[in-house]
Amino acid sequence: MIYLELFWTFFKIGAFTFGGGYAMLPLIQAEVESHGWMASADLVNFVAVSESTPGPFAVNISTYVGTELAGIPGGIFATLGVVLPSFLIILLVARCFEAFRNSRIVSGCMAGLKPAVIGLIGTAVLSVGKTVFFPQGFSTGVLGGMSFYISLAIFLLMTVLAFKKVHPILLICLSAVIGICAGYGLGLPV
Amino acid sequence: MENRNKTLLEIFLTFLRIGAFTFGGGYAMIPLIQKETVEKHGWISDKDILEIVAIAESTPGPIAVNSATFVGYRVCGFTGALCATLGVVLPSFLVITAIAFVLREFQSMKVVQYAFFGIRAGVLALILKALWSMYRQCPKNPVSYAIAAGSFILAAILNVNVLLVLILCAAAGFLASTISLRRAES
Repeated sequence: MIYLELFWTFFKIGAFTFGGGYAMLPLIQAEVESHGWMASADLVNFVAVSESTPGPFAVNISTYVGTELAGIPGGIFATLGVVLPSFLIILLVARCFEAFRNSRIVSGCMAGLKPAVIGLIGTAVLSVGKTVFFPQGFSTGVLGGMSFYISLAIFLLMTVLAFKKVHPILLICLSAVIGICAGYGLGLPV
Repeated sequence: MENRNKTLLEIFLTFLRIGAFTFGGGYAMIPLIQKETVEKHGWISDKDILEIVAIAESTPGPIAVNSATFVGYRVCGFTGALCATLGVVLPSFLVITAIAFVLREFQSMKVVQYAFFGIRAGVLALILKALWSMYRQCPKNPVSYAIAAGSFILAAILNVNVLLVLILCAAAGFLASTISLRRAES
């Protein structure tokens, strides 16, 4: 039952999303790839789509994967799944606000979760880096290919711009323009 | 009764606006939530909104959804929470559903594939930037560094399930803070 599977998968993702969207990339990647729902290049493409459209990444990706797999009902089930844990947990916390705020258990766990998020975003950098630079895997001698050097050049330029606080959407547009120019100019393989 | 319905509608529309106008999600939403709920409607006090945001950050789920549910609950109970959450999610849902159909039509075109080829390299830069901002916000002490390194090794190198990594790190954080508290007391 695809609807239940979508609901449950994104329920887990919603229940474990800490520290903004990117920390969840490794989890989302593992889930969508193990189900065979999405290729890793498509997932990275979707990160850009999500950055350029309103709303949190977790909500956007669940709607997208759900709609792609099972139409609008699929989108509804996946989105419901990702939102429900938040909704239930906040309702609970709102009732015992004081206890939650002063809880040593909560603050202790958070002291562990904050640095954990750093390790997970590091994991995302590694796996997205693999998708960008070695889309066919390490073994094919891509280091000699033109695509590798163009990707590297775009990545370095965009890293400089990102640290100079250029807006993400502008940065994505620039990357697209360079990709199109280099692609046609050098006749890169698609 | 009529008053309550009016408030519920206002909550829904306010969070619909917040959902529709914040790109990139998460932290970008906080100033807008503050402006709408504190300054414009006076639903929440200035001090409370900071607490709500802090709690939204330390509970699982997207910060925008968490804050919406919390503010909605504070103002109008369960129904308020429902209206706020629905409002904040609906724009994403509609926009992405539309985009899914558009992408399906165009994604096989050569120009779109070249564009995404460039975009993927740009996305990597954005994630690297996010890594840096997270690092800057994180407390600087040996325990934090060890947990960050541990979660990277477990998730990236040993391919341990991410949910398990998060549970282990939370437990490690709790253990470390309990030990340091004991030490401070004795």
